[in-house]
Amino acid sequence: MSSKSSPYLIVAPGLILLVVFLVLPLFSIIWPTLYDGGFTLDSYISFFNSSYNVSILWRTVKLSMIVTVLSVIFGLPTAYFIARSNRKWRSLMMGLVLFPLLTNSVVRSFAWINILGTNGIINRALLATGLIQEPIQLLYTEFAITIGSLYLFLPLMITTLVGILENIDSEIVEAAETLGASPVVAFMKVIWPLSIPGVIVGSILVFTGTLTAYTTPQLLGGNQNMMMSTFLYQNAMTLGNWQNAGVIALIMIVTTMVVMKGFNLLAARIDKRGGDLHA
Amino acid sequence: MRKQKGLALFALLVFLFLFFPLLIIVVTSFGENPTIQFPIQGFTLDWYANVFRISGFINSFWLSLRVSLLATILALVIGVPAAYGLSRYNFKGRTVLKGFFLSPTIIPGVVVGFSLFQFIVIKLQLPIFQGLLLGHFLISLPYIIRVVGSSLEQLDFSIEEAAWTLGSTRLTAFFKVVLPNISSGIFASFMLAFINSFNNIPVSQFLSGPGITALPTNLMSYIEYNYDPTVSALSVLLMLGTILMMFLIEKTLGLASIS
Repeated sequence: MSSKSSPYLIVAPGLILLVVFLVLPLFSIIWPTLYDGGFTLDSYISFFNSSYNVSILWRTVKLSMIVTVLSVIFGLPTAYFIARSNRKWRSLMMGLVLFPLLTNSVVRSFAWINILGTNGIINRALLATGLIQEPIQLLYTEFAITIGSLYLFLPLMITTLVGILENIDSEIVEAAETLGASPVVAFMKVIWPLSIPGVIVGSILVFTGTLTAYTTPQLLGGNQNMMMSTFLYQNAMTLGNWQNAGVIALIMIVTTMVVMKGFNLLAARIDKRGGDLHA
Repeated sequence: MRKQKGLALFALLVFLFLFFPLLIIVVTSFGENPTIQFPIQGFTLDWYANVFRISGFINSFWLSLRVSLLATILALVIGVPAAYGLSRYNFKGRTVLKGFFLSPTIIPGVVVGFSLFQFIVIKLQLPIFQGLLLGHFLISLPYIIRVVGSSLEQLDFSIEEAAWTLGSTRLTAFFKVVLPNISSGIFASFMLAFINSFNNIPVSQFLSGPGITALPTNLMSYIEYNYDPTVSALSVLLMLGTILMMFLIEKTLGLASIS
């Protein structure tokens, strides 16, 4: 085996399988949405002309943004706490964070059905205290999808951030505090800027995760609150509208890529600014 | 010091948020009422027995186990050499290929599922099982490439070259020197890919057929029509599975290696 051709030889099987079973199938669902006797964007124009379709796309992007912001708000202090704990506690807490992450997403969504349902814990508690007379609608709402997705992806944000925060030298925080910064100021001026790269990586994971998640919107959102992934499934398997499913597929891929590119540009920019600072 | 207390309290609340919902599932799995209630009345193990009575669950468990194991092994067989080629050699198109091998993670699961459904099930008319296997192979491959790739990058390749100089063939050197040195990376990637494949919904949802349904897909459709503690009981069993996995990972590698 000559060393010149061998790298190609050993990556070839994987390459062939990916081309045949990923690229070709993708091409075969997307091609018909772009070609109809000639290149056309008609399917996409009519997709965006329907306010119903646009509302689903908007809901998907909006909820993904909200979930990302919430996961930073709840994840960063928690990750900071974990990173600052002593070794024994830290590994225990990391185990606790990983546990939900490794638990099936159906189980995790089902947990929220028990809490938010008409007969769920929140409604029963509110009825028992007499605060409400009728059960309130919590399940099958955007709120349910938001909290379910946050539940799904918060551990991902925390594990990402702990890795980054562990590498921040605790002495610089102490230095800031010795120099008179209050803990909150020290956090904002020292920890926050240093954790931004981690926040960006975590945000990519949470944002794209929420954007493409299927189980949670299916179980907690219902048909009234579809997200792009459940909308794709409905078009493909219930309505048999493969054309529209292909359109949704490409929009999802493009949105995911735009979001990743955007976050990466942001990261590069912050890196550059940091570089200037050091120089 | 006050700051520390506030922070600890905040973290505690987040942990409560993470565990309270799962705790409710555990508690409701023992309730006697035929619908889920919290707090529960009475205590019974009937719902656990029910999981085993509903033959669909057991069948789909074995199917999921088979599909995930086979798909992950296939991804290892294809992915480990590919990861080796991508990190060991400097060749034209390496960066592009690396990105390409990780691309299944960028494509949303439902899109992978739908495209495979249309291509493999409808166009090629391959048996459902093979389609399901291919789908799970595709979602497993990036984990192998990424995790094995990063352990290869940390490997000092001079030991491999030493083996070559001492007369071993490239293949022998790979099996006797490289593989043992990245074994923990291989194990970590296997666990990650397996768990991910076993828990996957979107791809499996599209690639089910009569009698061929993955466990999570089966559970999901059960939830859409039923609301009884059988689901809680099955969920608890799945959580026990997660604990077993975490225990195995902790014993062999330490959990830190997969986060």
